[in-house]
Amino acid sequence: MNSAINPETQVVAQALTRFQGVPGGLLPLLHAVQEDLGYIPPTATEAIASAFNLSRAEVHGVITYYHHFRQTPPAKHTLAICHAEACQARGCRSVINKADALLGTSHGTHASHAGHDHAHEGNKDWHVEPTYCLGLCATGPALMLDGKLHAHVTPAKLEALIARANAKESS
Amino acid sequence: MSTTLFVPRDSAALAAGADEVAAAITAEAQSRKLDVTLIRNGSRGLLWLEPMVEVEHQGKRIAYGPVTPEDVKSLFDADFLNGKPHALSHGATEEIAYLKNQERLTFARIGITDPLSLKDYEAHEGWAGIKTALKLKPTDIVQQVLDSGLRGRGGAGFPAGIKWRTVAAASSAQKYIVINADEGDSGTFADRMVMEGDPFMLIEGMIIAGISVGATEGYVYIRSEYPDAVSIMDQAVTIATTAGILGSNVLGSGKTFNIHIRMGAGSYVCGEETAMLESLEGKRGVVRAKPPLPALQGLFGKPSVINNVLTMAAIPFILARGAKAYADYGMGRSLGTLPFQLAGNIRFGGLVEKAFGVTARQLIEDFGGGTATGRPFKAVQIGGPLGAYLPDALLDTPMDYEALAAKGGVLGHGGLVVFDDSVDMMEQARYAMEFCAIESCGKCTPCRIGSTRGMEVIQKMQANPSLAPAQTHLLRDLCGTMVNGSLCAMGSMTPYPVLSALDHFPEDFHMTKATHQAA
Repeated sequence: MNSAINPETQVVAQALTRFQGVPGGLLPLLHAVQEDLGYIPPTATEAIASAFNLSRAEVHGVITYYHHFRQTPPAKHTLAICHAEACQARGCRSVINKADALLGTSHGTHASHAGHDHAHEGNKDWHVEPTYCLGLCATGPALMLDGKLHAHVTPAKLEALIARANAKESS
Repeated sequence: MSTTLFVPRDSAALAAGADEVAAAITAEAQSRKLDVTLIRNGSRGLLWLEPMVEVEHQGKRIAYGPVTPEDVKSLFDADFLNGKPHALSHGATEEIAYLKNQERLTFARIGITDPLSLKDYEAHEGWAGIKTALKLKPTDIVQQVLDSGLRGRGGAGFPAGIKWRTVAAASSAQKYIVINADEGDSGTFADRMVMEGDPFMLIEGMIIAGISVGATEGYVYIRSEYPDAVSIMDQAVTIATTAGILGSNVLGSGKTFNIHIRMGAGSYVCGEETAMLESLEGKRGVVRAKPPLPALQGLFGKPSVINNVLTMAAIPFILARGAKAYADYGMGRSLGTLPFQLAGNIRFGGLVEKAFGVTARQLIEDFGGGTATGRPFKAVQIGGPLGAYLPDALLDTPMDYEALAAKGGVLGHGGLVVFDDSVDMMEQARYAMEFCAIESCGKCTPCRIGSTRGMEVIQKMQANPSLAPAQTHLLRDLCGTMVNGSLCAMGSMTPYPVLSALDHFPEDFHMTKATHQAA
């Protein structure tokens, strides 16, 4: 494969040009790559490490430390439901259970990152993840669907949002 | 003549459909051939009314909310452009008791102005603080901050002026101003509202801090869960730089100050100041041991002022009106005001800025109107996921750092999350441990492993009530280790919600008060 025309390599190279000299530029660089590609390709680690004079292990360590960064292409839809206290007090558990029922996930019974792999469960068009506070604590349950915030979510409203997103996809 | 309308651009309004409402208003006005000017303001903080549309009529603003796109036609039919009554009308905004009974110093402009309008900012006392500061000696600026009694609003409550004095006295060619906008505590959103509703205020505070301690570079570390705040702050920095407010000649003074907006990446512990510094430097957000103090060896190893958004946002007022004007509010050693955030199961959730000393009961009952479900109140968690759960019997405690601490509580960032009687406090305690297990940076053992063990202990009690007394003993022992053996608040304060749930609600842990005391 000719790497000069590989879009992944190109995006990473452009981001490196932009952030290599920036103090503490690694996080802004990773954000830029993920913004463009939707994820940080594993092939990027070596180029980033060499540009930042770090070991590959150090770069890998940073990418995997932060919940926000992903190393595989995103699903068609990303649904982040708030699991935190203020949304709990307003009934987010019923919304989480509804998402599990509709999309085949198990966030209501297993918290993410705590010994249960959510990556390969459920509907492959949907990536469902817990989030811990979207700052909408007076109007929860809250969620972010494909980058858009929604407040006052009920199980019925979630079902409608999912149906609308799926319909947009097939139209 | 054009009628001016306001539809907030705050995330809380957007999440409730403000963009759709704004579009519906524009379309309806067009089809009726009416001339309207739509301004996207910040939020007034009456969040149960969002999207709250305001109409300017005869020099007053009239509020309507919560408005849905479907309501727009009937609002026009009722002639809301002339402030006429409608089922959604709340009369003049300034007269709404929730707002009228507040003491808004930091939030004085928020919801009134267009957040990205320099003209609006100037017209509402903007840049008055920095103009005063430019006439003062740097040490006198620091003295103003000391005299105001301002304490860190991020949770620790450390006097801001002492931090500034330490950085000012440190000798270094490069110093930094760092703003902690990693507002990860559930139940808090005041930082977000400041950044989305009045970004120039934060910028002004940072420039004043830079001048007083001799720093020329500032960083704002904003969590990735706040994309709107990141976008507005980015735009505000660009606007301020173009206008010559930031850059190499701040307001023509010859002084230099630049601001960089940085985004976090979904790590709660990066709200801890040293983990945030690591993250800003491009590393894993792992907590640093102190000393050295960040004031002396902070960002990139240089002396750094690290303040929370609300701390820095209070600075322009203090400089503009004088330290005494700020210190006249509050009680004891907690001076000034705190923007409280009423959240969770509460009828009128929102932003209430009051002087320290107001009680939790006044906030929850008088402002908040009790629970949203109408069921009896059971507990309030004050100060985020690391704050204690307090029962009704403690609601008359004044909101003051020391008074709350005396009752085993934590004021934190001023967020109050209300729960009704359907909450299971043992489950809340389990969740507190689980959250710590998910978010621990892993540096110290009591936090990294203690949180998982704590979760298991509580799960055992949940599964088998007869084990409760013995497991409680274990849980207390574990919490003691976490409190005393952790480097930062993540591990040392996770026991606050756990033990407060256990102490105040033993019946939820399958115990009577008597067996609880025996255990």
